[in-house]
Amino acid sequence: MDNNKKISPEMFEFVNINERLTDKKFDDKPIGFLKDAWLRFRKNKASVVAAIIILLICLFSIVAPLFTWHKANFMDPYYAKKSPRIVWLRDLGIADGGTNGDYSEIGLTKVQSLGVAAEDWEGKGGITIAEGMQSEYQPVIKINNTFTKTDANKNEKTYYNAKVDNYLNVGFLYLSIQQSELPKIQAFEQEHGIHILYPLIEDNEWNNGDAKDANNWYKMKKNAPVTVDEDTGRAKTLQYGDDLVLEGNYERDGEGNPVYWKYTGGGDHSTAQLKVRVLYYNWYRYQHNNKEVNYAFGTDSQGYDLMVRLAGGLRLSLLLAVSVSVINFIIGAAYGAIEGYYGGVVDLVMERVTDILGGIPFIIVATLFQIHLSARLGAIPCLIFAYILNGWIGIAYRVRTQFYRFKHQEFVLAARTLGAKDSRLIWKHVFPNSLGTIVTSAALIIPGVIFNESMLSYLGIVKLGSANMTSLGTLLADASAIWTNYPHLMILPALFISLLEISFNLFGNGLRDAFNPSLRNVED
Amino acid sequence: MGKYVLKRLLLMLFTFFVIVTITFMLIRILPVELPVEKNLAEAIKQRWEALGYNKPLLEQYGIYLKNIFTKGDFGTSWKIEFRADAAKVLTSRLLPTVMVNFYSMIVSVPLGILFGIYAAVRKNKWDDHLISTLVMVFISVPSYVYAFLVQYFLYFKLGVLPLTLYSLADAGGSYFTWKMFTSMIPAIIALSFGSIAGYCRFVRAELTESLTSEYMLLARTKGLTRAQATSRHALKNAMVPILPSILSELINLLGGSIIIEQIFAIPGVGQLYIKSINLLDYDVFMIDCIFYTFVGLLAGIVTDLSYGFIDPRIRMGEK
Repeated sequence: MDNNKKISPEMFEFVNINERLTDKKFDDKPIGFLKDAWLRFRKNKASVVAAIIILLICLFSIVAPLFTWHKANFMDPYYAKKSPRIVWLRDLGIADGGTNGDYSEIGLTKVQSLGVAAEDWEGKGGITIAEGMQSEYQPVIKINNTFTKTDANKNEKTYYNAKVDNYLNVGFLYLSIQQSELPKIQAFEQEHGIHILYPLIEDNEWNNGDAKDANNWYKMKKNAPVTVDEDTGRAKTLQYGDDLVLEGNYERDGEGNPVYWKYTGGGDHSTAQLKVRVLYYNWYRYQHNNKEVNYAFGTDSQGYDLMVRLAGGLRLSLLLAVSVSVINFIIGAAYGAIEGYYGGVVDLVMERVTDILGGIPFIIVATLFQIHLSARLGAIPCLIFAYILNGWIGIAYRVRTQFYRFKHQEFVLAARTLGAKDSRLIWKHVFPNSLGTIVTSAALIIPGVIFNESMLSYLGIVKLGSANMTSLGTLLADASAIWTNYPHLMILPALFISLLEISFNLFGNGLRDAFNPSLRNVED
Repeated sequence: MGKYVLKRLLLMLFTFFVIVTITFMLIRILPVELPVEKNLAEAIKQRWEALGYNKPLLEQYGIYLKNIFTKGDFGTSWKIEFRADAAKVLTSRLLPTVMVNFYSMIVSVPLGILFGIYAAVRKNKWDDHLISTLVMVFISVPSYVYAFLVQYFLYFKLGVLPLTLYSLADAGGSYFTWKMFTSMIPAIIALSFGSIAGYCRFVRAELTESLTSEYMLLARTKGLTRAQATSRHALKNAMVPILPSILSELINLLGGSIIIEQIFAIPGVGQLYIKSINLLDYDVFMIDCIFYTFVGLLAGIVTDLSYGFIDPRIRMGEK
C-alpha cells in the first residue's frame, strides 16, 4: 500500500511523444454496398447455378438457330411431329429419330419392307428381309423383343416391340414434277450415288390397301405377302421371317423393265407433269443441297424444326420479360418515389389510383387489350401494354415504403439544408438506398411474365403463333391434343419453361438476400 | 374497429365501381354482329333496343345498372346458352370450380402446414434442405406442367383415372357422386402441388422467425419442452399471417384456375371466361369480368381485415 503512494511523475513516460498521430490507411479495400451484395450473392451456390442456367438458356436461344440451316419459317409437312434425330449421334443410340412401338407381323413387315424396297431401285427383287435390315434406309432400328397376345378370336398372335426411325418410316411418296426437273434429279442421283426415283406401283388385285400409298409395293392378298406364279397367275402365301423375299408389284413396260415416271398432263417439254415415286429421305436431300435429315429437337406438329421454334419462343419470352420488367421498374420507381417523398394528399390520391388499377385482374386487362388493339398494334405490343398497366404497382409500393423509411433521416435533412432541390433529394439521396429492393422485385417480375405469356397463348387469348415466330405457350397449345403420342412436343417446351421459372426464382431470391444487409452473417 | 371496417368496405366498393365502369365501356364499344338467321336477329335486336344499345354510352351504362339493381338482370347470353340469363349461366358454373378448388385446398393446406412445420423444426438439417429445394422447384414449375404430368402418368401409363372431368350425364347427374369425384382427382392433384409448396414455404418462414424470438427462450427457461414451446407459443404466433392467407384463398377458390379448367375440361367459371371471349358473348363476358374483379377485391379486403381480427396490434391503414 505504501509503495503506491510513492509514484512520482517522473515514473511516467509518454508513449508516442515524438510521433505524429494520423489516420491509418486501410489495409483492405473498402467494400461498398454493391460489392458487398455481390460477395454475398456469390456465396449462395443455388443462385449462382441459377444465374448460369439463365445465361445458358439465353445463349441457347441466340445460338441454336446457327446450328441448323433450318430457318424459323422452314416447314416440311412430311416430317411433322417427328422425334429428335442427329445423324452423327445415331449410331450411339441417342437422337436416332426413333420411337418404340408394338407391331404385328404384318405391320413390322410393312416397315421392314421399306428398307428392302430402298435397296431394290431396279425392281429386280430377290432381297430378303434380313438383307433389307442392313440398308441405310431401313426404318427399323432394332427389334427389342417379341411377345404373344391373344386377340378377340382367341388366336395367339406374335407381336414385336421395335424401335422405328420416324423419318425413314415416311418411306416413299408419289410426287408430281415438271418434266424439266427430271434431268436434274438424275444428275443429282449420279453425282451423289443415291437413288431418288423408284419404280411406280401397279394398281391391281395384288395391291393391298390404299393404292395412293406409295409404300404398298409388294404383292399382298388378304393381308399376307404372296408370290404370284407368272404362268398360272395363282398366288402362294409367303411365310413371315427373316428369309422372306417379297415380290414387287411394280408397273412394267412391254420389255419387263420397271416404269419410273408417267405422263399425267400438261403441255410442252417444261410444263408437262410427271408422276414419280420418290424415296422421301433422299428427295429431301435433293431439295436441300444434299443436307442430311437433322432435327436435334425433332419437329413440331406442323413440321417446323422444334429447336429453332423453341429458341425463337424463348427469345420472345425473355425479351418480353426483360423489357416489361425494365419498363415496370422505371414507372414503378418514379411513381413510388413521388408518392413516398411527398406523402400526404398526393400519396392519398395516388394510392387510390393504384388501388383501382391493381384491382383489375390481369387476365381481363390482357383480354381487353387484345380484343381492342391487337388488330391495330399487333399482339406483342398489346401484351406489353397489358403487363405494364398494373405490373408496376408492386414496385411502386416497395419504393414508397423505402422512401417513407429514408426521407426523414439525417443525411436527407443535411442535403436539404444545403439547398438541394426535391428532384436531387429524391434521385441522388433517397432512391439509391432503395435500389436493392427494387432491383430484386424487378427481377422477380420476370418469371411471372414468362408464366403469364405461356398461359395466355396456351389459352388462345393472345395469338402469337405465325409462320415466322412462335411462343412457348403456343408450342404447348399445339402439342396439348397430340402430345401423348409425341411426348417430345410437350416435354421440351415444358422443360425449358420450368427451368426458366426455377432459375429466375432462385436468382431473384439470391438477389433479395444479397441486397438485404440485415441478413449479413445470419446464415453462417 | 367498426369504423375501420366500414372505411375499407366503402373504399372497396368505390374501386369496384370504377373498374366495372371502365370494363363496361370497353366491352360495350366492341363491334357487335347479328346472326344471319332473321327471326333470331330480330329477337336480339329487340333485346338490344330495350338495353339501349343505340343510346349514348353513359345512358347505356345507366340502363345496365338500373336493370341490375331493380331486376337483378345482368344481360342475356346469346351464344353459350341461348337466351339464358347471364347471371344464371355464371352461377350454374360456380359449383364445379368451387368443388375442385375446395378439394385441392383440403389436401394442400394441412400437408403444406405439416411440411412447413417439419422443415422449420429441422432447420438447416438435411431434411429441411430437401424440403426447401423441392418447395422451390414445385413453386416455380407452372401448374399446367403438373396437369400434363398427371394426365400422362395417371391416365396413359397407369390408366387409373380419366383424362378429363366426366360430364354431368356420365357421372350420374350430380357433382357429388363418387364417379365425379374420381374424375376430379387429376385436377385436384395438379392444383395441389404448387399450393402445398406455397403453404410450406410460408409456414417455414414464419415459424423459423418465431422459433428464434425471445419469448421462446422464456418458454424454455420456464420449463417447457421444445415440442410444448413450439406448439403452444411459436406455432400460435406463426399462424397470425398464415390464417388470413388461407381465408383469402378460400375466397379466391371461387375464381379457380382458368388453365387447369381448360386442360381438364371442368365446366367452371374459368372455362366460361375463355368461351365467352371466343364466342364474343359480351354479356356473359361482362358478368364474368365483374365476378373476377369482385372476388379479387374481396379476397384482398378479407385478408387485411382478418389480420386486424386475429392480431389486434395490426390495424392496416389505421392511424
